[in-house]
Amino acid sequence: MALLEVKDLRVHFETEDGVVQALDGITYSVEAGQVLGIVGESGSGKSVSSLTVMGLTRAKNARISGEVLFDGKDLLKASESDMRALRGDDIAMIFQDPLSSLHPFYRIGDQLVEAVRAHRDMSKAKALDRAVEVLGQVGIPEPRRRVDAYPHEFSGGMRQRVMIAMALINDPKLLIADEPTTALDVTVQAQILELIDRLRQEFDTAIVMITHDLGVVAEVTDDIAVMYAGRIVEYADTESIFAAPEHPYTWGLLKSIPRLDLPRDEPLVPIQGRPPSLILKPPGCSFHPRCPYVRDAHKRIDPKLVGTAEGVNGGRHKVACLLPPQSRRQLWTELVSGATPEDAKQRVVVPEEAVDQEAVDPAAVDQEAAR
Amino acid sequence: MSTNGAKGNHLIEVRDLVKHFPLTKGILFRKQVGAVQAVDGVSFDVVEGETLGLVGESGCGKSTTARLLTRLLEPTSGSINYKGQEIARLSRNDLKPLRRDMQMIFQDPYSSLNPRKTVGSIIGEPFAIHGMKTGEGERRMAVQELMDTVGLNPEHFNRYPHEFSGGQRQRIGVARAIALKPKLIVADEPVSALDVSIQAQVINLLEDLQNELGLTYVTIAHDLSVVRHMSDRVAVMYLGKMVEIADRTPLYERPMHPYTVALMSAVPIPDTSRRTKRDRIRLEGDVPSPINPPSACRFHTRCWKAQEICSTIEPPFAELAPGHRVACHFPENQVDLPVPTVRPLS
Repeated sequence: MALLEVKDLRVHFETEDGVVQALDGITYSVEAGQVLGIVGESGSGKSVSSLTVMGLTRAKNARISGEVLFDGKDLLKASESDMRALRGDDIAMIFQDPLSSLHPFYRIGDQLVEAVRAHRDMSKAKALDRAVEVLGQVGIPEPRRRVDAYPHEFSGGMRQRVMIAMALINDPKLLIADEPTTALDVTVQAQILELIDRLRQEFDTAIVMITHDLGVVAEVTDDIAVMYAGRIVEYADTESIFAAPEHPYTWGLLKSIPRLDLPRDEPLVPIQGRPPSLILKPPGCSFHPRCPYVRDAHKRIDPKLVGTAEGVNGGRHKVACLLPPQSRRQLWTELVSGATPEDAKQRVVVPEEAVDQEAVDPAAVDQEAAR
Repeated sequence: MSTNGAKGNHLIEVRDLVKHFPLTKGILFRKQVGAVQAVDGVSFDVVEGETLGLVGESGCGKSTTARLLTRLLEPTSGSINYKGQEIARLSRNDLKPLRRDMQMIFQDPYSSLNPRKTVGSIIGEPFAIHGMKTGEGERRMAVQELMDTVGLNPEHFNRYPHEFSGGQRQRIGVARAIALKPKLIVADEPVSALDVSIQAQVINLLEDLQNELGLTYVTIAHDLSVVRHMSDRVAVMYLGKMVEIADRTPLYERPMHPYTVALMSAVPIPDTSRRTKRDRIRLEGDVPSPINPPSACRFHTRCWKAQEICSTIEPPFAELAPGHRVACHFPENQVDLPVPTVRPLS
C-alpha cells in the first residue's frame, strides 16, 4: 500500500464571485522513498492539493470531498487535534518563501527546539542537540554556533536550509515541498536539490515536490503529474513525460521554455491565451480554448484521465485528452522534429469528430444527453 | 576604439563604473562606517542593435548596473558614455532629453503599473511628460497603436491594470517603454514573474519589437536559459565585478571563468536522459558580503582552482580570445594562444 493515496479529491471554495473549483477530482499516490513532482502554472491547483493533504484548507467556505489516505487513515476525516499531531511530525512541509516562514524574533535554535518539543517529550538540551545535528545534515556550517543566530543573519539559501531542517527534525515519512527552490539562485538551488535527493535515499522519505520548473522536476522526481485548471491532465514516470508526452498542454510547456541543452535558434512556441478562470471553466476539455489541435467535439466532452495503451510503461502513463492516440503520437513526432503547432496540424489530419472513446466518461455523456 | 571585442557602433561605453551605497551610523551625527560595494569597477560596451544579457546571483550588482546605465542611480565614480556624450555626471534637467532614448521594463508587472490609472493614461504618460502628442485624439490614437503593436486589444484603452493578467500587464509595461521610440531598453527580469506558458509570449514579443524598431536591449535575468535565448552577448557578474563577457555561443559552450562554469553546470535541464551524464560543479557556501568582499579575485573563497595569487593580485579583465574577456588567473577552456594578449581598456 502506498504511503499517501489521494483519491478523487475535490476542493471548492465559495466566494462572493462564485464557486472556485480549485481542485476537481485528482487522484495520485506516493510510496516511501519515491519523489512525485506536481507541475502546473499558478491557479492550476497544485498548491491547494498539498495544503489540503496537510489539512490547511479547512475554511468555512471550503467544500472538500474525496479521500486522502495517509498510512491507510483518511486525513479528511481526522480531527483538528489529530492533524496538529501529524503536521510537523509524520508529514512535514517546506514552503516557498523562507523569509516569511521563519519567525524574525526568535533564534533559529529556539524555533527548531519548539518543532521537536511540540511532538516529542524531550528536554530542551536534548532537543537543541537534535537541532544542531539536523542543521549539520542540511549543510549549515558550524551548527553549534549558528543555532543562536536570528533568521535575518542568514542568507536566503541558508534560511531555506533551516526550513528543510525544521521539516526533517522529526523524521517525517512524507515531505511536501511547495516550490522549495523558486526563490533561490541556481547555485543554491543545485545544493538544495542534491540535499532533497539524499533525504530520499538515506531516510526513505516520500516526497511530493510542487514546482513550475520542468528542469527541477527532471532532476529529482520519479513520477510527474501535470496539472491544469484543477485536474491532473497527464501522469507518467519522469522519463515518459519528457520523451513521450501525450497531452498538448505538456507539449506546450516543453516547447515554450528556452533550454541550455538545445541549439539556441530553436524558436520558442508559446501556449496561446492564458489559464482559465476556475469559477467559469470552459465546457468540455478545460484546455480547449488554448489547444491548437482542438476539434468541435472537444468543446463539449470533458475527457477523463485514462491509461495510454502503449508508451514506455503502458498503463502507468495516463492522459486526459480526446485526440485519438495515434494522432497524438504523430503530432508529438512532428513537434519534436521542429514543426510549429500550425505545421503539425497541417501534416497530421485529425477528423473533425475524432474522439478517443477511451477518454470519454460515460456518465458525462449521459449528463450531456439529459441536458 | 575597440574594447571588449564588440563589433559595430557602440551605443554605450562604460568604464570603471562604481556604485557604493554608504552605510551610516548615528542619527544626529551620521558618519559613514562602511559601504556596500554594489558595483565596483565595471567596464563594458553595448553595441547598437544587440541584446546584452547580464547574469549573476542575487546581490551581484546586475540590477544596480542597469539602474546606473539609465541613470536612475548616481554613480560613485566612473564614466558612462552614451553616443559620445558623457552622462555619468549629468543633472536631472540635462538628463531629460536622454530619457526619451532610454527606457526600462521592470520585473513585477503588478507593482510597476499605477493601479488608479487607466491603461491608456499609463501608456500615454511618456507623451505627457515630454509634451508630445498633446491633442486628446492624437494621443489616444498613438496609445491605441502602441497597444496593437504589443498585442493588446486597443479597445481596452479605458481599463485598469487589475483587469489584466500578468502577461498582459507586462505587455502594458512594454508598450509604455517603446512609446517614445527609444534606442535602448533596459529590461530587469522581464519574464521571471510570469507563468512558464506566458514567458515565451513576452520573450517573442521583445524579439519582434527589436527587429521592427531596431532596439538595443540590456537584459537582466537570473535564468541562464532565458538569457541565452534572448542575448547576442552575455556578461557574467559576481559580487560587483564583471568576471566574463563574450558572445553568447562561446560563453555558453566554452566558458572560461570558473564561476561561469559552475553557474552553467548548476542549471537543471528538463531532459531525463541527461540526468546522469552531467558533471555538476557544486559551489560551497554562499556569496560573501559586498560590504567586506574578499581580497583580489572576489571568487577565490569559493573557487576550486584558487591558489595564493588569487587572494593577493586581482586578475585583469583580459581579452583571452577575440571578443572574450575574462578576469581569472587560471581560466578554463583555454584556446591555445601563444601568450594571452592583455590589452588595457581604453
